[in-house]
Amino acid sequence: MSASLAAVVLVLAGLQLYYLLVPLAAGAIAWGVVGRRYRAWGYAEREDDLLVRRGVMFTRLSVVPYGRMQFIDVTAGPLERAFGLATVRLHTAAAATDARIPGLEREEAGRLRDSLAELGEAQAAGL
Amino acid sequence: MSSAPAESWHRLHPLSPVVRGGRATILAFVFLIPIAFGSDTLSRESPQLGVVAAIVLAGLVSWLVTRWRIEDDDLRIETGLIRRQSLRFPLAQVQAIDVVRPGLARLFRVAELRLRMAGSEGATARLAYVAEHEVEPLRDQLLALARGARHDEAASTPDGEPEPAPQEERVLATVPTWPLVASILLENWWLVVIFVGLLVGLALSPHTVAGLLVGSGFVWALSAATFVWRRFNQQYRLTVAEGPDGLHLRGGLVALTAEVIRPGRVQAVRLVEPFLWRPLGWCRLEVDIAGKQRRKGEGEAQRGRLRALVPVGKRSLGLELVDRLLPDRPRELSRPPRRVFWKSPFRYRALSWGRSETCVATTSGRLRRVTCWVPLEKVQSLRHVQGPVQRTLGLASVHVDTAGRAVHATLRDRDVDEATRALAELTDLARAARKRPALT
Repeated sequence: MSASLAAVVLVLAGLQLYYLLVPLAAGAIAWGVVGRRYRAWGYAEREDDLLVRRGVMFTRLSVVPYGRMQFIDVTAGPLERAFGLATVRLHTAAAATDARIPGLEREEAGRLRDSLAELGEAQAAGL
Repeated sequence: MSSAPAESWHRLHPLSPVVRGGRATILAFVFLIPIAFGSDTLSRESPQLGVVAAIVLAGLVSWLVTRWRIEDDDLRIETGLIRRQSLRFPLAQVQAIDVVRPGLARLFRVAELRLRMAGSEGATARLAYVAEHEVEPLRDQLLALARGARHDEAASTPDGEPEPAPQEERVLATVPTWPLVASILLENWWLVVIFVGLLVGLALSPHTVAGLLVGSGFVWALSAATFVWRRFNQQYRLTVAEGPDGLHLRGGLVALTAEVIRPGRVQAVRLVEPFLWRPLGWCRLEVDIAGKQRRKGEGEAQRGRLRALVPVGKRSLGLELVDRLLPDRPRELSRPPRRVFWKSPFRYRALSWGRSETCVATTSGRLRRVTCWVPLEKVQSLRHVQGPVQRTLGLASVHVDTAGRAVHATLRDRDVDEATRALAELTDLARAARKRPALT
């Protein structure tokens, strides 16, 4: 990757097309940032709660007990639909709860929704 | 479900539309006066007369089509002429019951009954208005039903156990008038400063400042006065008492409110000490209950405000009430590491947190000090958050999310290891607290 990048830089420098280096560099940085953000997303289903992790600059780790879930929604925007993806979002009675899992395969999203709903029902606690 | 025979339908008080109209009613009377005194000019006044007649008719229709009754464990309200609405409020889920009496309602001896549910904006059952002498028995009946419904639901108490006889309520605190005035002015000291500034400016150079005053200053002063007045009106002689069915709050100067907060419905408790109150040792104690709805007449600015149990009182009184609400509150709070000073120099001195088996407490604030207590059985979710500045200093925060509308308990700026440990501990403790049968 870096070798080919270096080769491209050298070729462009040889052709005196320095101005093309700017978008190339921007693209490389964006690629890196997006990659890091993608790798930062994660979730784990534990016995009593769901863990959701995200963020690079601001890292966030949310613990949402199944018993506290009010409802779960699965959404898929046009772009997500084109790639067969979906976002699962958990809602509790607290507005501040921040538990969103984007970019799940559609089957996985459906499975997660069903299993979360089942666990939520089993452990439901009132307000 | 027990199938108690459904009652017959009730109507609201016949004067309800008049009271609900509020200022419009007064306006209508103003319109009517010239007509009543000059009957020979009836033809000229007919448009006004038409408007008044339409308003009266609308009021009459709205009264005719609204009816309510108690069905089993639900309160059912039917309303609407064209868009018929049938609302059903399960009494087991009532968070609080308010009795509200605005000035006009007091004049006609009626009162509004408001059942606050846990849902969002639309989830308040309103019976506006009911005759004054019927309101208290009705509220007690609803509360008794709510209690009964909850017992059925829990199914832990054996059937046929007699309900505890309603005992006399015990007054815990009443707000004195002059400290209340002083506290409102001290909390909003900048209002006073600008007001005095305007007056001084007027006195020194009447001509230049007068123009400014008449323009923006006057409008501004008026709104400031309204703000102060509303606070005063709401909190005048506010009394908090402990009854068998929860905490009773009563107060108000022109508009009287009476509120019952059911036990076990308190999501969080907050003790606020505004900057200028601190030398006097005063505090305000607020409770947060579930639901995001706004009271009628509450502006945007007041949405975040909570119901004050004690609008102003000595700190010791506030803590005493906290003890009553949360008997096992944490006594020892730990301070953050010294390096936090470089991140939040103004907040550093106020930050701390502590926990017991059932409750977590946090303190924060720059000029004003805010102490929050959250019972662990009410915790909705927990978040461990770390920003870039915190990362360089090796710090992290843990947020405790509740279903209330304004309390944010945050373990701000703790050592990373401590924060991670706190997250795990609080998760376990909250789980244990949820599984424990409710005490109340």
